[in-house]
Amino acid sequence: MPELNVETTARLPKRSTAGRAIPVAGLENMPWWVIILILAGLAATFVIFTSADYTSIITLLSSGISLTLYVTFFAYFFALIFGLIAGLMRVSRNPVLFTLATLYVEVIRGIPLLVQILYFFYVIAPFLADRVPEPFDGWFRSEVNEGIIALAIGYGAYLAEVYRAGIEAIPRGQMEAARSLGMSYVQAMRYVILPQAIRIILPPLGNDFVSMLKDSALTSAISVKELTLWTRQRSANTFRPLEHWTIAALLYLVMTLGLSLIVRYLERKFAIPK
Amino acid sequence: MSEPIIQIEKVHKRFGKVHALRGVTTSVRHGEVLVLIGPSGSGKSTLLRCINGLEHIDSGQVVVDNIPVTQSAANINAVRAEVGIVFQQFNLFPHLTALQNITLAQQVIRKRSAEESQRIARQLLEKVGIPEKADAYPAQLSGGQQQRVAIARALAMNPKIMLFDEPTSALDPEMIQEVLETMMLLAKEGMTMVVVSHEMGFARAAANRIAFMDSGTIIEDTTPEQLFANPREERTRQFLSKILH
Ligand SMILES: Nc1ncnc2c1ncn2[C@@H]1O[C@H](COP(=O)(O)OP(=O)(O)OP(=O)(O)O)[C@@H](O)[C@H]1O
Ligand SMILES: [Mg+2]
Repeated sequence: MPELNVETTARLPKRSTAGRAIPVAGLENMPWWVIILILAGLAATFVIFTSADYTSIITLLSSGISLTLYVTFFAYFFALIFGLIAGLMRVSRNPVLFTLATLYVEVIRGIPLLVQILYFFYVIAPFLADRVPEPFDGWFRSEVNEGIIALAIGYGAYLAEVYRAGIEAIPRGQMEAARSLGMSYVQAMRYVILPQAIRIILPPLGNDFVSMLKDSALTSAISVKELTLWTRQRSANTFRPLEHWTIAALLYLVMTLGLSLIVRYLERKFAIPK
Repeated sequence: MSEPIIQIEKVHKRFGKVHALRGVTTSVRHGEVLVLIGPSGSGKSTLLRCINGLEHIDSGQVVVDNIPVTQSAANINAVRAEVGIVFQQFNLFPHLTALQNITLAQQVIRKRSAEESQRIARQLLEKVGIPEKADAYPAQLSGGQQQRVAIARALAMNPKIMLFDEPTSALDPEMIQEVLETMMLLAKEGMTMVVVSHEMGFARAAANRIAFMDSGTIIEDTTPEQLFANPREERTRQFLSKILH
C-alpha cells in the first residue's frame, strides 16, 4: 500500500534526524552528555556572574543574541520561500523551470557559504544598490539585510532539495487521485501533496534551521554585529577572552538545543494520526 | 439506455516500446455497466485512465459526454468533473479524515460551503455504510472501509460516470463483499460504470456488457451470459477457465 510509506516516514519521531534530538521520554533514556552539559553550563554561569565584568558580558549577550536571532529567523523565512519555489521548479516537467532551478542548486551547493556571503556583500549588493531607485537603494547598503539575503540564497538551494525529496516521496497515486477529482496541478500540490510532504521534511527542515543559527555567525565577516562579532570585539576590548567566548559558545548551545526541542514538538504535533 | 456517453475510437497508446493500446474501439451508453477483464498487462487500466485523461492517447479519439478528451486543460477538467475514478490502492489522502477526504474537492472545485459539503459527505458515508467513521483517518480504517470512503469521495462530485480499476483486488477476502455491494447499489441506481474487475459474481449480477481485452485490444465484447456460456474466441475461453477455476 503506497500510503503506508508516507505514514511510516512521518511517524518516526523516535529516530528523528533533527539536529540534536533530546529524548524527552523516561529518565532511564536520559543521555549523560546532556547532564554533563547542563552542569558545565551552571559552572560557567557561576564563574561569569561572580566575575567583575559581568555587566559588560550581559549587555553583550542581549544585543548579540537579538541580532543573531533576527538574522536567523528572517534568513530562514526567506530560505523557506526560495527553497519552496526552487523545489517546485525541480519537480516541474517544464524544462526551462527545471534547468533554472537545477543551475541555482548546483552552483550554490558548490561554493562555500562564507564565499557566497562575501560575494553578495562585495559584488552583488553594491551592484544592486547603484541601480535601485532612490528611496529603496538604502536597503542594499545595510549589512544586516545583505547578510540575511545571502544566507537565504545559500540555504534556499539546500532546502530546495529537501522539498524536492519530500514531494517525490509522496506516492504518485496521490497526485492522480487529486487530479481525477478535478483539481489543477497547483491545487493538488497545495491541498494534497505539500501538506503531506511538509510532515515528512519537518525533521530535515528543523535540522537546517539549527544549522542556520550556527551559520549566522558567518555574517560577522561582513560586520553584522551579531553574537560572534560582539563577542570578538568585547573580548578584545576587555582582554577577557575566556569569559566572553565561553558564554558565547554556551549561548549558541542553549539556542540550538532549544530549537531542537521545538522542532521535535512540532514534528509530533503534525504527525499523521495512526 | 440511450446514446453513448463514452465513445472510444481507434485509440492507440504507447509507453516507450510498449504498445499498450492497439486500436481500441468501443462505447458505453448512459446507465450501462461495462466490465473489463483480461490478463495482466493487456491494457485494461490504461484504457480506463484514457477515459478521464490520466493518460494521453497517441492517436484515435475519446469523447466523454460530447467533450473530446484532449491535452487541453479546460477539456480535461471538464471531463474529470463528470467522471469519478476508484483505484485499486484507494489513494485516500492520509493526512485528512474520511469526512475531509470527501469534502476537500467539493469545497475547492465545486465551491460548496463547509456546511453543505459536510452534509453531503455524511449522507454519502451513510450510503456506503460507515457513517460512524467520519472522523477516522485512512490509516485507522480497514481496506474495505477505505475503499468505500474512496467511492464516497468520488460520488461527492456528482459524477455522471464512475470508473473502477480493480477496486477489490487489494482487499482481504472478507472485505470484498462490502465493496461489491456498494458498487451494486450504484449500478441499480442507474450509474454509468466501467469496471475493471475479475469478480465474476459482480459481472453476472450487475454488468450489461463484459469485454475481454488481450494485448491492447478488445477481443470480445458481449453480455455476461453469452461470454460465460459460450465464448466466441479461444483466448477468451482459456482466460475464463483460469479465473473461474
Ligand atoms: N506508466 C507506464 N509506463 C510504462 N509502461 C506502462 C505504464 N503503464 C502501463 N504500462 C505498460 O502498458 C501495458 C498495459 O498496462 P496496463 O496497466 O494497462 O495493464 P492491465 O491490463 O491493467 O494489467 P493488470 O491486470 O496487471 O493491472 C503493460 O505492458 C504495462 O507494463
Ligand atoms: Mg491494471
